[in-house]
Amino acid sequence: MSIIGEIIISVLLVGAGFFGLVGSFGLLKLDQPMTRLHAPTKATTLGVGGVLIASMLFFLFFAEGITFHELMITLFLFVTAPVVAHFIAKAHLHRNWKPEDLPSPEGSTRWSTYCEPDQPGSGKPDSTEP
Amino acid sequence: MMTIALYIAILSFGVALLMNIWVVARAEGVGDRVLALDTMVINAIAMMILYGILHATPVYFEVSMLFAMVGFISTVAYCRFMLRGNIIE
Repeated sequence: MSIIGEIIISVLLVGAGFFGLVGSFGLLKLDQPMTRLHAPTKATTLGVGGVLIASMLFFLFFAEGITFHELMITLFLFVTAPVVAHFIAKAHLHRNWKPEDLPSPEGSTRWSTYCEPDQPGSGKPDSTEP
Repeated sequence: MMTIALYIAILSFGVALLMNIWVVARAEGVGDRVLALDTMVINAIAMMILYGILHATPVYFEVSMLFAMVGFISTVAYCRFMLRGNIIE
């Protein structure tokens, strides 16, 4: 029982280290800012999730019992990572791009992040057009 | 075996933190620096958890939780400052 837990924890730890390394290396290596956004927000989050699961199994197998702090941290990180990625992408769009340079979305709508709050295409229900 | 895996993971996240410091120091735009700081927070959380496993103590979970919250709020504040010029309107 103990050797099985040790093998599982070791595999999780090595995999998590690999994913964390890949995420940070992608942040260093990829060439465009929008592609650079992918590496840390996905690979590094997966890596830290692996570390947290390994920690939970370690305290289940070798210490005083199961702990649920790791689940809270995992939930918090997995909820906040897309929010952070969205914020950074939005800041990048507003600082470095003009709306004319972007490909237009489908239909007659515009990019909602460039719209005023009461314009059509801003995501709110439109009362002036059918 | 588990100790070796633990040291491999600590080494990987240490190298990842060094890469992030390099990006923070040498990036072209401010967006990359904010992204690298956010990645640094996540890697530092992983380092803290690994240190907790190494010493078999559950003390570091509260530290990691607080670190995650402060890192998220600081990244959102940085992005808001880049977008609007101020944080609390």
